[in-house]
Amino acid sequence: MKQILVISGKGGTGKTILTASFASLAPNKIMVDCDVDAADLHLILHPEVKHKYDFKSGKTAKINKDLCVRCDKCVKLCRFEAIEKTFIVNRVSCEGCGLCSRICPAGAIEMEENNSGEWYISDTKYGPLVHAKLGIAQENSGKLVVKIRQAAKELAEKQIRDYVIIDGPPGIGCPVIASLSGVDTAVIVTEPTFSGLHDMKRVLELAGHFKIACMVVINKYDLNTEMTQKIEGYCKTREIPVAGKIPFSQEVSKSIVNGMPAVEYCKNGVSEEIIKIWGMLKC
Amino acid sequence: MIISIASGKGGTGKTTVAVNLALSLDNAQLLDCDVEEPNAHIFLNPIISDKIPAYVPVPEIDKDKCTYCGKCAEVCAYHAIAVIPANNGKKGNVLVFPHLCHGCGACSLLCPADAIKEVKKEIGVVEVGDSGDIQFVHGILNVGEIMSPPLIRQVKQYINPTRTAIIDAPPGTTCPVIEAVKGSDFCILVTEPTPFGLYDLKLAVEVLNKLTIPFGVVINRSDIGDDKTEIYCREHNIPDLMRIPFDREIAELYSKGIPLVKEKKEYKTGFNNLYKTILKSIK
Repeated sequence: MKQILVISGKGGTGKTILTASFASLAPNKIMVDCDVDAADLHLILHPEVKHKYDFKSGKTAKINKDLCVRCDKCVKLCRFEAIEKTFIVNRVSCEGCGLCSRICPAGAIEMEENNSGEWYISDTKYGPLVHAKLGIAQENSGKLVVKIRQAAKELAEKQIRDYVIIDGPPGIGCPVIASLSGVDTAVIVTEPTFSGLHDMKRVLELAGHFKIACMVVINKYDLNTEMTQKIEGYCKTREIPVAGKIPFSQEVSKSIVNGMPAVEYCKNGVSEEIIKIWGMLKC
Repeated sequence: MIISIASGKGGTGKTTVAVNLALSLDNAQLLDCDVEEPNAHIFLNPIISDKIPAYVPVPEIDKDKCTYCGKCAEVCAYHAIAVIPANNGKKGNVLVFPHLCHGCGACSLLCPADAIKEVKKEIGVVEVGDSGDIQFVHGILNVGEIMSPPLIRQVKQYINPTRTAIIDAPPGTTCPVIEAVKGSDFCILVTEPTPFGLYDLKLAVEVLNKLTIPFGVVINRSDIGDDKTEIYCREHNIPDLMRIPFDREIAELYSKGIPLVKEKKEYKTGFNNLYKTILKSIK
């Protein structure tokens, strides 16, 4: 079984478009959407939810007004400025450390478990999809990623799947680190812009930190061929293979509007190149 | 006044709006709070005058005082401390996992032997400088660091109340975004008119409603995709603040790190009008 993760550093470079296309091309696979706070893969794969699970994670403080003696201790000791002067907990700021409930002399603060979101195992025409929806303004996206990665791995092992295709989140923080853990290859999608190059370097450094093998895909490469050469040059010095260069095409936006993988919708060089990239990736 | 720029989906044009808005105003300050992948500096080339390392407090155990009672591990909500008790005359041990620590201070405050003090761990750097008339601040998270919110908080400490502070937020809808937009007088949501853009816009709208921050939408690449975003905004009375059409020239300028208003002066009026609309709407 091979686990392939698509990430980018910079947002909006084409992670989900590429992941959905791999879902269409790969044989005997399951898909995972690890961008749990702004998941989009379902808009192309059209899953039918088969199993739904609650994601409970972390706690939030709650002050019992009848017991509270207004001593101010919790307000002063909270590092997250989560208790207002009126002794009301700001649920968005509270990080659930529980210090207030432990030091409250009146025993007026309880920690309540958070309902942080849901995750699903679904069917799609391409195979199973494991995905999630983090509750609005909830924390612990990294933990939810760990959860669905684990569930997907178990499912893939049970069903003897050959590939796990993973759509990753943008950035280099907590959920990205959770997505990278244990994958066989990370596909870094970038674009020929200063920002794209800058962010690719940071995400490559992160993947290197965890010793994950990387390949780079340059999307919309013909928007700035000079910058594309710069990115290729950078990859060459680092001995990182460039798996392909996808041309810019408005057909790609149309494929999203039509809810289809780009590789199926686009009848041009975009599809040819994605097929070539998958060819390099699958071995 | 504080105006934040957020998006839900990555790559929709947050930095473009933030940078060009700052360049179109007198007396602006730009704070790049996308500390995982900061990009505004690419367009503004600020002269950095000060670099301030950013720290979080993490526990350090005084092994001479420690009785290996296990209290610190019990009170840590983030499993950042593990205690191996003394056994058969063998000395115990305490393991600290600084990456998991939220810096709440519970362990050091509640240690019965007073054996824990907090030491500083560097997670990144805040850089302060100037780009022409614009005051510039950004944070750069160290690669491999999980926790970006404390660094975002430290960037925001440099908000200058005598200026129009423009905050470039990270993509998504979780903790780092909330930390970045919290306390804003207004938030601009940048989106693109595709099903991905719209789905993530709706999530971002829920976040802002929860935080009770007034907001409006800028539709970037407004002529690709479909009209569902426009209809959604109309039906929900969300101010449709500005449209930027898809233009290959704009994409090429972006790829070279050149701000739009520097080459296409008509956009300066556009961004000025955007600012005036915001002023009117929050009065």
